[in-house]
Amino acid sequence: MQIIAEYGTLFLILAGVFGLFMAWGIGANDVANAMATSVGSKALTIKQAIIIAAIFEFAGAILAGGQVTKTIRKGIVDAEALSSSPELLLFGMLAALLAAGCWLLLASSKGWPVSTTHSIVGAIVGFAMVGIGMDAVHWNKVGSIVMSWVVSPVMAGVIAFFLFKSVQILILDKEDPIANAKRYVPFYIFLVGFIISLVTLLKGLKHVGLDMTIIQSYGIAVMMGLVITAIGIWAISRIKIDLTEDRDFHYTNVEKIFAVLMVVTSCAMAFAHGSNDVANAIGPVAAIVSIVTSGGEVASKSPLSIWVLLLGGVGIVAGLVMYGKRVIATVGNKITELTPSRGFAATLAAATTVVLASGTGLPISTTHTLVGAVLGVGIARGLAALNLAVIRNIFMSWIITLPAGGILAIVFFYILQAIFGG
Amino acid sequence: MAVGDYLSGIFGKSPVKPMQQHMEKVFACVSELVPLFEAVIERDLDSLATVQKNISKLEGEADDLKKKIRLHLPSGMFMPVSRRDLLEVLTMQDKIANTAKDIAGTILGRNMSLPDIIADDYRAFVKRCVDACEQAQVAINELDELVETGFRGHEVKMVQSIIGKLDEIEGDTDKLQVKIRYKVFEIEKDLPPVDVMFLYRIIELTGDVADHSQKVGSRLQLLLAR
Repeated sequence: MQIIAEYGTLFLILAGVFGLFMAWGIGANDVANAMATSVGSKALTIKQAIIIAAIFEFAGAILAGGQVTKTIRKGIVDAEALSSSPELLLFGMLAALLAAGCWLLLASSKGWPVSTTHSIVGAIVGFAMVGIGMDAVHWNKVGSIVMSWVVSPVMAGVIAFFLFKSVQILILDKEDPIANAKRYVPFYIFLVGFIISLVTLLKGLKHVGLDMTIIQSYGIAVMMGLVITAIGIWAISRIKIDLTEDRDFHYTNVEKIFAVLMVVTSCAMAFAHGSNDVANAIGPVAAIVSIVTSGGEVASKSPLSIWVLLLGGVGIVAGLVMYGKRVIATVGNKITELTPSRGFAATLAAATTVVLASGTGLPISTTHTLVGAVLGVGIARGLAALNLAVIRNIFMSWIITLPAGGILAIVFFYILQAIFGG
Repeated sequence: MAVGDYLSGIFGKSPVKPMQQHMEKVFACVSELVPLFEAVIERDLDSLATVQKNISKLEGEADDLKKKIRLHLPSGMFMPVSRRDLLEVLTMQDKIANTAKDIAGTILGRNMSLPDIIADDYRAFVKRCVDACEQAQVAINELDELVETGFRGHEVKMVQSIIGKLDEIEGDTDKLQVKIRYKVFEIEKDLPPVDVMFLYRIIELTGDVADHSQKVGSRLQLLLAR
């Protein structure tokens, strides 16, 4: 207790700085995967992508980021076990932040594809297991998180498969795909607006003080869907169909119509990403803030402070603006195979899955989910070539990242304990 | 910082464009058969040598492309069509160019000439064989559209009709070949026997250009049949 009273402000500042740094890293690196699909498919320029990402990542972090933050903050570690020594949780959360940050920095500089989500979860579990004790970990919660890492790519893949199949059946395989694209694309746009709004309303908005009935939520979601659809129809009507462009590749004009849908879907993806990944940076910060501000009350019921979410949002946008441009360009150039019709199916499937997970409070890897969705499109015979070796790399990165994050967190935990005394 | 490589890593190098480039090269090579036989008929040895060199060069370039495609199709690649079927199409494409090279080489090496009475028929025959190759190229050019539509629906019907047309052209070349063979048969007693042997061989090889083109179409059909 004494330590908290003595160094409280220092801990707050440290947590804020580490959290901001983590959020910056997420913005610089991870956002690229959410936005590169639309840049790669030439639906957006890089500049437009940055602006859209900044707005929707921020909105996602603020509006729907609360649930996952809660999980990271108090879902993994059993706070009750620590009510007598809250400083342990403080050290632990700081150590976890530091560990995840260092690991990501190392991995990025070496070019290893690792997930922020896995780093932070591994780090928290690591310090709790060794620093506090096996009983301090909510194993069933951790179990469900790990399960969700398997389930989310599969689910996104299945959704993407059926979405792309429906696009094939309704539009691409028809005699006049242009007319059919004009007819059906607005429905898909509605679907994007409706699903994302609905999940956010049902699951995410409690912490900003909005508490609506289910019927109200559905009503607003339908309204949101309709508004977005209206904008979409307007945008489609402005597309100039130039049949001479179809001579070389017959689907050039169809893809132009899909580009509108792709833009909408990109917004949804940025929103989803913000809602899930911001928690990786600020979940531990939120835990530290609640302990310090309540003067050592570990299991405090105090709600998540909005300013913590803001911190995460600002960090992500800063990273995105400062560094993300280059990463988006690099990734975008490598995935030109993903034309708007395919990119939309993959991205919407991933966005839906991620937003659902966010609403349920499960921290998942956005990139892995997107990879699963791309595979779904591939299984629908929609992509010329997929390199399945990536799946092996994903498993490898799990196997390495979880213990690496954990061990680093343990080391930092003991260092902090030695410095401040425990 | 290369975290994004996850996502881009999953996209293999699409073989579609390279396949089309290869076919383009093959067609460029085979097109040279028209000036080649023109030079044979006109007994223009200079341009014959030039055209032969050109054919040989184009065939070599097609070969290089073929090797590159094969190298970029590792067995772990997940594609909408079977890898083996795709490689069969590639092999067939390459055989067309090989045949053109054989024809040019044999003609130049043996300093061959065509009997005057078959000259006009032979022009038509070569032209039709080159048409077959061009039609095969049209079919291969639909590959990216086929991938776009997931090898289903209206696009498949279109490709079927392109392949149907290819079969028709190949049928024409068969008829022309029968006609030319008969004309050669009628005069073969008056020609040196070894020359006649090689004349028949050239006729057969020319027909093979259309044959292999048609086989490109039928291998492509295998990709559709599922």
